[in-house]
Amino acid sequence: MEKALVLDAGKCTGCEQCEVACSMINEGASNPAKSRIKVFNFHDEGRFVPYTCTQCDDAWCMQACPVDAISVSSDTGAKMVSDALCVGCKVCTIACPFGTVNYNPASGKVIKCDLCGGDPACAKACPTGAITYTDAGATGLAKMEAWAAKTDAGQQANA
Amino acid sequence: MSWAKRILRVNLSEGTCQEEPLNMDWANQYLGQRGLATKYLASEIDPKVDPLSPDNKLIIATGPLTGTAASTGGRWSVITKGALTGAIACSNSGGFFGAELKFAGWDMVIFEGKAPNPVYLLIQDDVAKLVDASDYWGRTVWETEKGLKAEYQDPQMRVASIGQSGENGVKFACVVNDLHRAAGRSGVGTVMGSKNLKAVAVRGTKGVKVDNPEAFLAAAADGKAVLAENAVTGEGLPALGTQVLMNVINETGALPTHNHKDVQFDGASDISGEAMTVPRRSDGKPNLTRNGACFGCTIGCGRISTIDPEHYTVKDREQYQKASGGLEYEAAWALGAATGVSDLDALTFANFICNEQGFDPISFGTTVGAAMELFEMGVLTTKETDGIDLTWGNAEALTTLAELTGRGEGFGAEIGLGSKLLTEKYGHPDLSMSVKGQEFPAYDSRGIQGMGLTYATSNRGACHLRSYTVASEILGIPEKTDPLSSDGKAGLVIAFQDATGAVDSAGICVFTTFAWSMDNIAPQIDAACEGDWTVERLLEVGERIWNLERKFNIDAGFTGKDDTLPKRLLKEAAKTGPAEGKVNELGKMLPEYYSLRGWTDDGVPTNETLDRLVL
Repeated sequence: MEKALVLDAGKCTGCEQCEVACSMINEGASNPAKSRIKVFNFHDEGRFVPYTCTQCDDAWCMQACPVDAISVSSDTGAKMVSDALCVGCKVCTIACPFGTVNYNPASGKVIKCDLCGGDPACAKACPTGAITYTDAGATGLAKMEAWAAKTDAGQQANA
Repeated sequence: MSWAKRILRVNLSEGTCQEEPLNMDWANQYLGQRGLATKYLASEIDPKVDPLSPDNKLIIATGPLTGTAASTGGRWSVITKGALTGAIACSNSGGFFGAELKFAGWDMVIFEGKAPNPVYLLIQDDVAKLVDASDYWGRTVWETEKGLKAEYQDPQMRVASIGQSGENGVKFACVVNDLHRAAGRSGVGTVMGSKNLKAVAVRGTKGVKVDNPEAFLAAAADGKAVLAENAVTGEGLPALGTQVLMNVINETGALPTHNHKDVQFDGASDISGEAMTVPRRSDGKPNLTRNGACFGCTIGCGRISTIDPEHYTVKDREQYQKASGGLEYEAAWALGAATGVSDLDALTFANFICNEQGFDPISFGTTVGAAMELFEMGVLTTKETDGIDLTWGNAEALTTLAELTGRGEGFGAEIGLGSKLLTEKYGHPDLSMSVKGQEFPAYDSRGIQGMGLTYATSNRGACHLRSYTVASEILGIPEKTDPLSSDGKAGLVIAFQDATGAVDSAGICVFTTFAWSMDNIAPQIDAACEGDWTVERLLEVGERIWNLERKFNIDAGFTGKDDTLPKRLLKEAAKTGPAEGKVNELGKMLPEYYSLRGWTDDGVPTNETLDRLVL
């Protein structure tokens, strides 16, 4: 079953454990500057929002790549960058509407979320459940449940 | 690994920035941050130096776990000779600045001398330079941080800076990072201001490696699980922050009120963590917006708050109507109970000003409390205060003084002296609720006996963070002791002091110790760092640090006579609550403490003790 990362900003405290875990797995060092997931602090509103690649089905980055360095993982559906093929032209970073593909000056290649091969480190590291890895066909389930709880409450009380 | 093994030495007089290797012999003896930087400071300055002279140095230091995956691994400290105290100072902060410094590849920065004109230090990975700060001098912390990020078009830059209070010589100025986290106590920001150093701006992309990644991630994960399952770190602190304590300590009869004249405050529940969650009438929102975490912290005790938009402090002042760092327990107590003010929005506003202008709410609130007592006695009148009515509980007096103190104007300039100098000036030094010149935090030592010994012996002046025996005496962590008894407290205080010294030198937060024992901490340090780091070794490091700090203070001119408390706590019994009739029994605890420490009857470490600790 295809799975997807679900990000619930309401639960995020902005601790950046996800960024540390992502960079530890992918770069071998705790280094948020190289994290594929980022947490944004909207300070004046008191909101923290984690954000990363949504793994578009028909992915702009993949379409734009002139050397076919981005491919789909048959296991996870993740769009994966091949370091062997990537020439660091950065066209994918322009093509991505969400800004989730970025150039790594240290390696000369682009980096993006690859779902850690189906076991995302960010989701495991998140202390508040703001990042989960669940059924890609039911990413709205928790929200639906929350609304269902409100919608149905009155009716059942009346019945 | 885990240490970057590089330090940056900045000579402000000469305008130079030089890289040096970290002294690894010292790192192995003092671990990092508080301990290691104190070793550098003690080796490089004359302890008798005037804190505000160019001969004092100021060190910004991280620990080996700063920037790693260890929970709470974002701590950093400012180490110097304190402007408020004249004693060794180490003020610890969270936020994201410390981790960023480590990501840039630096363990610490040593500032020496004094810049001829205001400057800030810019660090971008390996490149460090001093930059003219004339555009930022005279600006607030908030303006400086936002301005630097805009100037460099780098929202990911992290900034630690001083506000106007640090520039103006307010004795208890802080260094503030990430808008509302602070190296808060002992006047470390005052020292920074005396050096004409406005800010440190840092951006790091190199990252932090650990010695044994597999073992480290496993140990860090074990630690996080322990924090999550613990009632204090997993539930109480995320929900109510440190403010979970306000009602608890008040009921214990240990909430210092009205400059320690009382030990319980009628308005405590109005300014408590619970009160911060109650929706207000104007906009239907509670004071508390949500909890927020420092770098790497899986506890998330930080408060993010807003002020009632209709409150007198913020009407027509949009900049204060946004969310920012809200009340922690110590600030709520000092701004509230110490002054008798029970207006939650006024306290939140005063706290915002403390962050914006960079001064310590504990020393500020306590000093206002002392001024209010002088006002009650008629020693101070509206003539001296420029018309401000310092009656107990006057919220407008508190918020006005916060703004004046930040800018160093009017009677605010006198509040900025701190309670010791203020009460001396007006002929009543006994009314300064301080030790070694530093004001008490939020626990009355008549109702929590161990805290009396904690305050009296703290190397940086009165402080709860050097040995938080409240954990044992009130919360029962790691085991319950009787808060009203002084029996056995000497040993308890020493155990807390030594363990805390190690924690403060590791790069993690002391709040983890509500849940973690040293058995949880040692494996994380051991896996992150080269060498074998056992519980025993860490406790020895803690004891070594304590004695090094003590030796610095003795060389600076302090003696055992300074290990005391204000007369009020030793002679005037608590009037209400469980501690009614009690004074602090310091006289019973101190000789035992000296003896257990291996110090002489006068409180001087013996040669045997110094030799044993390789000092």
